Amino acid sequence: MSDRWDVVVVGAGIVGAACALECASRGLRTAIVEGRGIGGGATAAGMGHIVVMDDSPAQMALTHYSQTLWQELSDRLPRDVEYEPCGTLWVASDEEEMQEVHRKSALYATAGIATAILDSQMLADAEPHLRKPLAGALLVPSDAVLYPPCAAGYLLREALRLGARLYAPRTVLSAQAGKARLDDGSELQAARIVHACGADAAELLPGLPIRKRKGHLVITDRYPGFVRHQLVELGYLKSAHSLTADSVAFNVQPRRTGQVLIGSSRQYNTEGPAVDAQILSSMIERAQWYLPEIGALSAIRAWTGFRAATPDKLPLIGPWPEDDSLFLATGHEGLGITTSLGTARILVDHLLGEQTKIPIEPYLPSRFARSEAHA
Amino acid sequence: MSEHFDILVVGAGPAGIAAAVSAAAAGKRVGLADDNPAPGGQIWRSGTFQPAAARRWLARLNAAPLVRLQGWRIFDSPQRGTLRAERNSDCRDLCYEQLILATGARERFLPFPGWTLPNVMGAGGLDAMVRGGLPIAGKRVVVAGTGPLLLAVAAHLARRGAKVVAVCEQAPLRRIVPLTAALLGEPAKLLQGIAYGVAARGARFFTGCWPIAVNGREKLESVTLQRNRKHWDVGCDYLACGFHLVPNLELPALLGCRIENGFVVADDLQRTSVADVFCAGEPTGIGGVELALLEGQVAGLAAAGRTAEAEKLARRRKRQGFVHALRTASVLDPQLGKLASDTTIVCRCEDVPFAALREHANWRDAKLHTRCGMGPCQGRICGTAAEFLFGWSAASVQSSIRPPVFPALVSSLGASAKETCQSDGLPSAGASTGSQKEIL
Repeated sequence: MSDRWDVVVVGAGIVGAACALECASRGLRTAIVEGRGIGGGATAAGMGHIVVMDDSPAQMALTHYSQTLWQELSDRLPRDVEYEPCGTLWVASDEEEMQEVHRKSALYATAGIATAILDSQMLADAEPHLRKPLAGALLVPSDAVLYPPCAAGYLLREALRLGARLYAPRTVLSAQAGKARLDDGSELQAARIVHACGADAAELLPGLPIRKRKGHLVITDRYPGFVRHQLVELGYLKSAHSLTADSVAFNVQPRRTGQVLIGSSRQYNTEGPAVDAQILSSMIERAQWYLPEIGALSAIRAWTGFRAATPDKLPLIGPWPEDDSLFLATGHEGLGITTSLGTARILVDHLLGEQTKIPIEPYLPSRFARSEAHA
Repeated sequence: MSEHFDILVVGAGPAGIAAAVSAAAAGKRVGLADDNPAPGGQIWRSGTFQPAAARRWLARLNAAPLVRLQGWRIFDSPQRGTLRAERNSDCRDLCYEQLILATGARERFLPFPGWTLPNVMGAGGLDAMVRGGLPIAGKRVVVAGTGPLLLAVAAHLARRGAKVVAVCEQAPLRRIVPLTAALLGEPAKLLQGIAYGVAARGARFFTGCWPIAVNGREKLESVTLQRNRKHWDVGCDYLACGFHLVPNLELPALLGCRIENGFVVADDLQRTSVADVFCAGEPTGIGGVELALLEGQVAGLAAAGRTAEAEKLARRRKRQGFVHALRTASVLDPQLGKLASDTTIVCRCEDVPFAALREHANWRDAKLHTRCGMGPCQGRICGTAAEFLFGWSAASVQSSIRPPVFPALVSSLGASAKETCQSDGLPSAGASTGSQKEIL
């Protein structure tokens, strides 16, 4: 048995769901296949921070573009998505970090993103539970938080409403040359297959430059108002650890429920999902340094997840050079929730031969094929 | 802060007490950790009966040379050979050579319209509150659900002066009485007498009968009961309602003990699949007080190296017949899974109604998309219910257990385990703090 589609999307995490919706809304006959739950991978494990990041111009372009798409969508998001435009506070603990605040502020201004610089007192007023004194912070009011599994669920439902079809629970055994073979023996034929399997992408397509990067999170019981913004440290400036070492950073988020989500950690080379007591301890210690009273909150759950990390920290969006039918939408590491909408938009623009709103070149998978050829 | 024990016992119900006393008698340094204010577990805590066995074992416990860690709740195992416990805001690491898990069982609740109204309680729950001082004299109580505990609870409440207006049990009374006797470690005749005593005070026993709705505005005013397709309302002040027991498997699962068919797998000497970890009592099979005491003693002796004595004692167990009879008697009628209406709350922590769950394929999907089981009870109540309502097999714990297995202070969860216990585990990962823009 075989069904014909314009596009088959493999994976119904937030990126796959966004791609399916984008395809369906552009009139493409779209199928989407998911072997686990909707938004059950990194989407379920992540924080749900819609944030503009400036590691590189390309990262900033994609996160900013995506954020504007979320803002356009925000009025239509159902309540269970818990979209909350709480803004991000980039917290500076000393004067050296305040210089980063100023640098960031200037950079964001050039991109047309409004920010506000908070001094020590303003920061204390904005977030009374932060330790005192801290030097200040950069407020990015346009950043937001949401609940990712329900966001993925919403995007998928919209895609289905526009005529897309969901195959679930169905595992894709192989996807190449315009054919996706499913575990029930059926086969989907498609002009294009969009590969959106996140951290598991390399299982279906060996050779993809994607590694799993494990993260830990802890969530508390409900303490409305304990923090008001997504709080992120700028403290990485002083600790020049290598990108490959295990690391933790202060990153705390208020949920609409009043719960406080505590992150974050990064580890390579750990496949198991078990909570690592040392990492958890370091992560919480870091959070307690910034929020001395957070230790007295009740933690109700901890969990881990795996990000799909690429060597240059940019996602893989666009055609896979070794198979004309195959397009990638993976490798978003910690930014998949933010960049899902932008990814879907430029992917489908490119797929239809239309002009993308931001240049797609920095994210094209062919960049890795090239570098291998020159190595 | 940390403490070291040759043998650490978790749970001070009958199995845990027997294990700790036996191990201490063998000359080992023993710790007994329990999260209730007093030892006895669910079955002896309430004082439903103060049977001779309870008095005897509690006296032995008081006389035993062991460290009592009463009120300490175990929520994590930060490394091999270490459990982490919390009491109020204190946190301690408890280090052990051998561990005996006697974590007991809890009541199963099933949702039906109105079950979340005030004064609807678990059968054991109301029993414990009365024990704790809730005035019950003159109050009208309906005791409902299934399982041997109902009768015991009804008897206790009646003795405390409650007007037990109805006891509703789906299984025939003649099957429940001997089981209750065995579960509590009491002679059947005594219990029969108690049952008649309860009846003599005006209670009516119904079998094949259960509540289908609780009525009332601010709180419970009456219960609608159903039997043989007939419904009728019974006015009451309290509904004590429980649908048998489910084992507490969170800690065994966290430690990696093999679990099959809903129970911890243990051999004749109560050894689990994990080296140096024993399990005794209800987590290995709902079997009642006598069996729990026996298993506890076997585990205590075996953990202390008294293998021959442990083996000898283990031969005394006569378990299968009883456990089988209990399972047969307490199988839930499928109709009990159809009582909830669309708006009936299933997850009380997160206010998730029945209709929101029905559309999901499994427990994990339901959790992620509705928040069911994501609250402070960590799914202990709704997960157990969902397992029955929807047949979601991994609903309770095994597949996704992670610390904290009970809510704990963030600071307790994050306390470093570095120097607390000598461990043969892996060296610490040495996580560094902060890293180049690695924050999301």
